[in-house]
Amino acid sequence: MIKKKWRNSSLKGWLYLLPAILFLGVFMVYPLIDVFIYSFEEGYNSASQTFFGIGFYNYSYVLHDPYFLQALKNTFILVIITVPLSTGIALLISVGLSSIKALKNLFQTVYFLPYVTNTLAVGLVFMILFKKTAYSDGLINLMITWFGGNAVDFIDGPYWAKMFVLCFYTIWVVMPFKILILTSALASVNEDYYKAARVDGTSKLRTFMRITLPMISPMIFYLIITGFIGAFKAYSDAVALFGTNLNAAEMNTIVGYVYDMLYGDSGGYPSFASAAAILLFAIVLTITCINLLISRKNVHY
Amino acid sequence: MKVVLQNLTKKFPGRDRKKQEYVIAVNDFNFEIPDGKLIGLLGPSGCGKSTTLNLISGLLKPTSGRIFFGEDDVTDLPPENRGIGLVFQNYALYPHLTVKKNILFPLENLKGKDKLSKSEMLEKAYAAARLVQIEELMDRKPGELSGGQQQRVAIARALVKMPRVLLLDEPLSNLDARLRLQTREEIRRIQRETKITTIFVTHDQEEAMSISDMIVVMKAGIVQQIGRPQEVYDNPANLFVARFLGTPPINVFEGQVRNHKLYIGEDEVSGIRGVENQKVWVGIRPEGFVPDENGPLCCRLSGVEVMGRDISVVSTHESSCSPAVRSIISTENRVDTEKETVRFSLKPGKVFIFHRETEERIMGELI
Repeated sequence: MIKKKWRNSSLKGWLYLLPAILFLGVFMVYPLIDVFIYSFEEGYNSASQTFFGIGFYNYSYVLHDPYFLQALKNTFILVIITVPLSTGIALLISVGLSSIKALKNLFQTVYFLPYVTNTLAVGLVFMILFKKTAYSDGLINLMITWFGGNAVDFIDGPYWAKMFVLCFYTIWVVMPFKILILTSALASVNEDYYKAARVDGTSKLRTFMRITLPMISPMIFYLIITGFIGAFKAYSDAVALFGTNLNAAEMNTIVGYVYDMLYGDSGGYPSFASAAAILLFAIVLTITCINLLISRKNVHY
Repeated sequence: MKVVLQNLTKKFPGRDRKKQEYVIAVNDFNFEIPDGKLIGLLGPSGCGKSTTLNLISGLLKPTSGRIFFGEDDVTDLPPENRGIGLVFQNYALYPHLTVKKNILFPLENLKGKDKLSKSEMLEKAYAAARLVQIEELMDRKPGELSGGQQQRVAIARALVKMPRVLLLDEPLSNLDARLRLQTREEIRRIQRETKITTIFVTHDQEEAMSISDMIVVMKAGIVQQIGRPQEVYDNPANLFVARFLGTPPINVFEGQVRNHKLYIGEDEVSGIRGVENQKVWVGIRPEGFVPDENGPLCCRLSGVEVMGRDISVVSTHESSCSPAVRSIISTENRVDTEKETVRFSLKPGKVFIFHRETEERIMGELI
């Protein structure tokens, strides 16, 4: 009797979940499994739907491909530089924003603007700012030479210069969202904690380190996790700055490599693309797990 | 440490900035709080009691007036230099720190010559914890404590630096009825043991009356009356104070004085000396009624509530300002519930008369 009732109610629950499960299954879970299978099918041909055998050849090829290694290196540099920097700067700006009164709304809007502008358009602007051509050095180079430095072509020049622009651009693009999240997190900290700290004679720095930071730590953690994932999946930023031939520019990312393997000039290799995608997935999973482990000690819910 | 408030005034800018209007939260507050006493600031919400507390704490700056702790003028000192302990209404315990670290927090802020060694700090923290009896909870987080325990931790944190003045903002409002009774005794005990001058804010008159050495009744930023709880209860300065203190509240009637006689409606209830002929408000405490078959005040009986120790007689009277007249009589008296009316005679000390317009007390002797 009771068992029947339970079965009924759980059936009802599944019924409610059905639309979501259906769509997630078809558009998320199935492709994921498919990609996983592709990555083991050697020499898969999408036109004839045939393959030679099953094994680790795709992985071995990808891992020995200098373009992939280049993309891997670029992605890691991008992640390691932009995630901490963008989060840190966003935190500074948010703290500044929440401590001013006048023009607060104006500044909040200004800082949020990049979020609603098109990435490619912003990329174009960055390119114009940083590019050095036969006719013009660009605004940034103008400033560098004005301060007594040598003009560098940031778009077609040395590796470090291109990487600098890519990081700069990425930080600039991801910042608004982080500022938005952090300002609202800061605003949600109960004023009484600050009053209590003031009565106890707590210095500004100590109040920030011992009270504010722990209080908003869940939000910071959320931003770091999503920041890592977002940076690992970076692609459009590089395209916006350096065009579609990223391998030639030495500026490819892992997602860019996957795209090239599928549709690029040298494309048409879904198996290699799948293997690279699975590798990226494994990396993101590992980093996220490490983040979760670290957060257990330092994040206070 | 005695605390002196001199002409203390706080104005807040009004909502409409162009009009240059001000909301006066505290108006010309003068009071000398004697050393080592427990003072209750009492009033309805919005009466300026919390503002007063914040002025004493230094979290707010007064518009005018001075504040002295003992002989020191602390008006311009920031809160951290005043030597106060403040307990917030919601306790404001840092949720990510253990109880021990919460109590240690104020000590760790000390700098220069006041700086303490680790063991001294721990010793003080444990002494404070012992005082409020939470030693066994030191390694828990605030979220794992009950409301009453959190309250104790908050008090321990406020006391750990041995403040000159302890301030409590609505200390009991977040506790359930039973804990409230227990905790208010606890506050009284802690205050007695430490002998720290303590000021607490409450809107609950019973709470203030039961533990304060003195109460300050406020309304709309203006102090209505200051005194010992019993004195204020027995001798209210105006209708507001009379109404605010006491449960059940005082019964107020429209009345008048004619030729040295006091009338409620058409009932002549008492003779009165020293008051001119005029319309007045008559306030009668619930315990001021004595059932008396020949009594002067006749009310329509609507119910009797037996509460064990006493009986509460609920009746109506056409001159009463409230729909029900509540009187508390001892069980020795019998009220015939079959009858439609009940007659009372009045105890002179429990009847107050107030001016009809100003609502100030009119001192007159009932005979």
